[in-house]
Amino acid sequence: MQIRPILSALRHHKAGTILIVLQIALTLAIVCNALSIIHQRVTRLSRPSGLDEADVLVIQNQWIGRPSMQQVQALMASDLETLRRVPGLMDAYATNGYPLGVDGWSKGVRYTMDQQTATSPSAIYFADDHALATLGLKLIAGRNFRADEIAAMAARDTLLPRVVIVTKALADKLFPDGTAVGRQICVGSAPPSTIVGVVEHMQTSTGTFSQAWDERSLLVPFRLLDGSTSYVVRARPGELTSVLRDAPQALIAANPLRVIGDKDIKPYATIRADAYRTDRGIALLMGIICVVLLGTTAAGIVGLTSFWVSQRRKHIGVRRALGATKHDILSYFCTENLLLSAGGVAIGALLAVALNALLVDQFEMQRLSLNYIVAGMIVVVLLGQSAVFVPAWRASQLPPVEATRSV
Amino acid sequence: MFAYYMQLALRSFRRSPGLTMLMVVIMGVGVAASMTTYAVFRAVSGNPLPDKSAQLFVPQIDNLGPQNGSTHNHLPDALTYRDAMALMHARVAKRQTAIYPVLENVIPQDGTHRPFAANGYAAYADFFPMFEATFLYGNGWSDDDDQSQANVIVISQRLNQQVYGGVNSVGRALNVDGHDYRVVGVIDDWNPQPRFYDVNNSTGFGDAPDFYLSFTRAIATQTGSNGNNSCAGSIHSLAPGWDGWLRSECVWASFWVELPDASAVQRYNQFLSGYVAEQQRSGRFHWRADTKLFTLTDWLDHEGAVPPETKVSLLVAAGFLLVCLVNTVGLLLAKIMRRAGEIGVRRALGASRGAIYRQFVAEAAAVGMAGGLLGLSLTALGMLGTDLLFDPAIAKLARLTPALVLLTVFVAMLATVIAALYPAWRAAHVQPSLQLKSQ
Repeated sequence: MQIRPILSALRHHKAGTILIVLQIALTLAIVCNALSIIHQRVTRLSRPSGLDEADVLVIQNQWIGRPSMQQVQALMASDLETLRRVPGLMDAYATNGYPLGVDGWSKGVRYTMDQQTATSPSAIYFADDHALATLGLKLIAGRNFRADEIAAMAARDTLLPRVVIVTKALADKLFPDGTAVGRQICVGSAPPSTIVGVVEHMQTSTGTFSQAWDERSLLVPFRLLDGSTSYVVRARPGELTSVLRDAPQALIAANPLRVIGDKDIKPYATIRADAYRTDRGIALLMGIICVVLLGTTAAGIVGLTSFWVSQRRKHIGVRRALGATKHDILSYFCTENLLLSAGGVAIGALLAVALNALLVDQFEMQRLSLNYIVAGMIVVVLLGQSAVFVPAWRASQLPPVEATRSV
Repeated sequence: MFAYYMQLALRSFRRSPGLTMLMVVIMGVGVAASMTTYAVFRAVSGNPLPDKSAQLFVPQIDNLGPQNGSTHNHLPDALTYRDAMALMHARVAKRQTAIYPVLENVIPQDGTHRPFAANGYAAYADFFPMFEATFLYGNGWSDDDDQSQANVIVISQRLNQQVYGGVNSVGRALNVDGHDYRVVGVIDDWNPQPRFYDVNNSTGFGDAPDFYLSFTRAIATQTGSNGNNSCAGSIHSLAPGWDGWLRSECVWASFWVELPDASAVQRYNQFLSGYVAEQQRSGRFHWRADTKLFTLTDWLDHEGAVPPETKVSLLVAAGFLLVCLVNTVGLLLAKIMRRAGEIGVRRALGASRGAIYRQFVAEAAAVGMAGGLLGLSLTALGMLGTDLLFDPAIAKLARLTPALVLLTVFVAMLATVIAALYPAWRAAHVQPSLQLKSQ
């Protein structure tokens, strides 16, 4: 196939050429960045929370009448007993927060008390010896809390844990050699605590979401005596619906001096959906824009190529009369489109990088990986080729007699 | 003449309905995507108090020190209790209030309804005039009420509806967590978005708070903050209990001042510098403590009140509209040049270049109008879908206002007319002789 005649023909259609190249370039730039955004968001929302999510639910409880700390401690103990008697309920514990929840505590973790700046921030979860079983966390080293280690702590007191359980992510950050169990760390302003166990995954709460400390969480063996408590509950497989209904009823029946609103009872699936709503929405929006954009560009290519074919009927007829085969005509238009696409994706790759630089600078997004540009180029070129095929095929079907028609 | 152009446009539509429909659809989709994301962006990036925002300021005090990671651009975004109280008592500004979010249980006394949780704020009397809160019944409370830690409460219209059935409840008692409060005012639908005075604790978007009560009363009843409490400045253990927390370096109180003019701002800055210098002298700060005074709009920027997702979506949708525009230029070019013969005949029969030009621009405007109407219905559809794409509290703010309706149609027509400028120019320069010869 000769390229020179194609180029000279394109020179006669400068406007159309520039438009198609520009459109392909813009499409590539937007599609690459949209795909990269989709990838980031989907990666984020498919992170493991570390929980056995299907059977877990959370009940948010508020005491009425400001009970004293001693009273709260007794109320909480009796609530946990009430909960564990609910049919279909496997286990339960009381806490301040849970992975992907809206509220959460965080503290800096240091190796020693005189260290000035913290080595890593960490989410803090209050837990007891039932927490691991309730959440379905996987203990990969060390041991669980023992019942005799669980103490109570008033809301305004300083957190002073003797032992803690950390996530693998936090353990790896603090002790990269993999020997976290038995080592000591300082949590917040507390004197050293000993790490007794390591769990595989446990996500932070959404308030403390940050790329920098993804999954850095730790469990402390305390009941937090506060006006508001989250009861995390695990149902037996298949019993979630009945526990969702029965557990809050049992709590209210046992002691009506509390507030548990409709929005305070959430299966974990709802918590996950709420936490990642924005990520899912953005991925969806970018997906829709990608599809519509590619469709628009394909339609544009079909439209313009059809126009060119109709303009060049005579030219095609002459070539056919001079011996060009149908295949020659078909490949002429396909090659022409390939040249336009090549120009478009070359400019588009530069535009994609420029747009990404803007997004990185303004919105703290990740850099565009080269794979996206390459994948985007292939998609756009294939799209161009399939869009051009119908008008090109129609052109190839023109009879040679066209050449003599209007002379 | 215009009617004749429309007639020609209709005839051209009949001849190539596919191409025309394609242009209408592409323009409609492009405009709808941009308008939907723009509506969301505009809803979240608006100024919550346009006529007052220039007079409202947030003071910041560096009680952390550089060794705890504070820099000039990143000071703690709330105050400690003692700093908030010092600023309150100094009364250097025209108006000032410390604020913090609280969660309380409201206990209906009708014996049938169960207690429920309600979200509100603890603030000083200046809160209401400062932020131009509007009342359905009654008013805010007085400075004397703040002084005496009075059990006064201002409730929202919704809470008034829920507890009192919507009647004027001023003077009636409301049981909040076992204590009786006297209702002094009912706020109407006043709910500035973003909720600028709480963006350091929340996303800033959502339904109106249920109630407001006196800061001094909330402290007296030991009501903790339902917002952020950051104790990064307390490297040493706090004294135990409530009083220890109040005396600690934990930051949790928001603070707002009203400063009517530049000299007041200058005076306040001087006051802040003097205050931290005094704290340094007394040995509390071992560093050259920084202070800062943000205006309301700068504060919203600083706290990132506009969700970045809404900006990214708007940017990508605008890029999409640009592609639609380029596409339309190409399609119009194809459509118009296909009719070179007709143009030749019209030119030969005496139509001027200007007439041809106007004809095709008018035709494009008609296509743009159709695209705009399609875009409008798609935007309306998109508004229903914003729930799927954005946080519901934000999605709810995006509405199809009359201004947005006009803007949608206008943008579609403008875009199509811009797209038509070059193809119409090409059409006007068609050589009649050449066309007539080849017919």
